[in-house]
This record gives sequence, C-alpha cells and structure tokens, in this order.
Amino acid sequence: MNSDANPVFTLALTFAVMSLFAIGGANSAIPEMHRVAVDVHHWLTDKQFTDVYAIAQLSPGPNVLIVTLIGYSVAGLAGALVATLAMCVPTAVLALFVSRFLARSSHARWPAVVQAALVPLSIGLMGASGFILARTSDRTVVAVLMTVVAAVLASVTKLNPLWMLVAGGCLGFAGLIG
Amino acid sequence: MPSDSPPAATAPDLLTSPPTLVELFLAFAKMSLAGFGGVLVWARRGIVDQHKWMTADEFNETFALCHFLPGPNIVNLTFVFGSRLRGLPGAVAAFSGLVGPPALIMVVMGALYHRYGEIDALRRILSGVACAAIGLMLAVVFRMMTPLIKRRDLIGLLTLLAIFVAIGVLRLPLAAVLLVAIPLSIAITYARRKEAA
Repeated sequence: MNSDANPVFTLALTFAVMSLFAIGGANSAIPEMHRVAVDVHHWLTDKQFTDVYAIAQLSPGPNVLIVTLIGYSVAGLAGALVATLAMCVPTAVLALFVSRFLARSSHARWPAVVQAALVPLSIGLMGASGFILARTSDRTVVAVLMTVVAAVLASVTKLNPLWMLVAGGCLGFAGLIG
Repeated sequence: MPSDSPPAATAPDLLTSPPTLVELFLAFAKMSLAGFGGVLVWARRGIVDQHKWMTADEFNETFALCHFLPGPNIVNLTFVFGSRLRGLPGAVAAFSGLVGPPALIMVVMGALYHRYGEIDALRRILSGVACAAIGLMLAVVFRMMTPLIKRRDLIGLLTLLAIFVAIGVLRLPLAAVLLVAIPLSIAITYARRKEAA
C-alpha cells in the first residue's frame, strides 16, 4: 500500500494486528500473511512465500516463526526481531490477563461457548491456508500426489512428519515435483 | 537445583520452590528445539512428564484457554505458564527460551535462502518439501473437521465453508471477515445451545 513507509514499522503494525485475529494459531493467519506479504506489499513472490513456509516447517520451533523469516526477508535482522515480537507479545499479554481473570472468577461458562463458536472459523482458516499454498505448489500430478499421500499418511499413521518433508524434498531434488 | 529431585512436585510445592529463570529458559529452549512440525507434544512431555511442573489436567486446561485466544497457542501457553511460576520475569524467561534459539536458526536459514535461494536444486527441494507440508496441514484440517461431520453439524460446516471461501478464494482481509464472523458465530452457537438446553 504505502511502500515509502519504514518497512520495520509496517512489519510491527501488520503482525501485531494480525496476531489478534489468528484464531486457532499461527497457521490460521497464513492466508493473511500471504495477502499482506505477496499481494499488498510485494515483499515476497508467490514462490518465495511457499519456500519460506517450507523452510519454517523444516526447522524446529513453534509454527509462528514463519514470521521471523518473512521479517528477515523484508528488513534483515531488525525485521526478523520486530516481526517475531509483534506476532507473539500482544496475544501473549492478552492470554496472561485472561488467564488471571478466569483464575479469579468461576464463570467458566462463556469460554466454552466462545470456544465452540471459534472452532469452525479456525478450521476454515487452516483450510484456506492449505488451499493458498497448494495453488502455488501443487502444479504437477506428482506434486498433488505428494500432498495427498502426506495428508493420508499423517491422518492414518503415527509416522514422524519430518520423514514426509524429507521424502518431499527428495522427490523435489529428483525433479519430479516441477 | 538437581533435576532428579523426587517427582512429588505438585502446584503448592512449586510455589515454594519454583524453577529458576535459567531453568525455565533452558527447559523451554530444549522443548522448542526438539519440536519439528509443532512444539505442543514436546511441551506436554517436558512440562507434565519430565519436570512435573503441571498435572495433565492443568496442562489441558491451560492449553484449552490458550487455544481459544488468538495468536500462536504455544507461545501463549509458555507465557501464561512462566508467569504462574515466576511472575513476569518467568514469563519472559520461558518465552525467550521457546522463541529465541529457534528464531536464531530461522535467521540463519533466512540468510542462507537469501544467498542461495536461486540455486535450481534448492528451489526444487523446497517445492517438494512444501507439497508434503501442505499435506500435513490438510491432515490437521481433516482431523479437526471429523467431529463436526460425525455430529452432522451442518451449521458448523457451513460456517467453515464460508470462512474458507471468504479468506481462501475471495482473499478478503482477515480482520474484516472475522469482525463479522466471530460475533455471528458466537450468537448462533449461543442460540443453538439455549435451544438444546
């Protein structure tokens, strides 16, 4: 939108606001990250965005750290630091206040309703995440097969997901994914 | 403080001798660095089984709370947990352990990608990894949808579909969509529960 503005400031504001709407966790915010980083600010290309997602999945740590990579691509170390803190701190402080409030009150009723109401929203957001990433990544028959096989294996077996990422990497290296 | 002290530590014991800030930092760094594809399993193992800092029920309750609040769940959980043991410094220590070391790794990966990302072999490998990672995410979506399908929760499934279309297909801004969808969904859920009761 406004590419003249200081990118670090834009990162801070973008991710702080985004975190407040990330219901169900960081993966629910991926469509919004993609919209902001690829469509609005042109920080990353479509391919770079899925690359960044793949790197984040290959690395240890919480899923939210994809924002560290996005921040780094935009503004180096400062960008990485600011994006990470902006995505984590506001909601962590909110969680702290809410948990203290709930510990003092015995009104545990309304969170159950809110929680039930948020579940379908959070699933819909994650489905949208998968869809947006797949649009860029799954462009060949083998690529689609890889995604389907990984989804089925993860659903019906207890296989460590890391093996599926490694298998995907090998197929990609062999030039089968495209 | 020896880590092999008797595992009798329940909440009251913890309040008299909670883990030090350094211990909190190290424990969360370890869980985080072990967590490929999600830290939750390792956090449960570390907090409940290994350190006995929480009972399984306490952990589930805290996680449920952090799951319905926005933001990265595991980060919220870490922050709330750290503050229960050692106040704000505890929260910061646990959070720094959880996020600091893997974020450093991420920065190194980012620098490598920045430098070598155009190499064809690497591009192909990452494409393959992305395909598999998308499959893993879809598996989570299916697993979460199963209870809705089993209950034949048509309204829940329609809500899900509406969000999917608005965000995934129409690419509307998240905040705008949720500011409409959250109150609407809460109102519908509340009305249905009242009706059922």
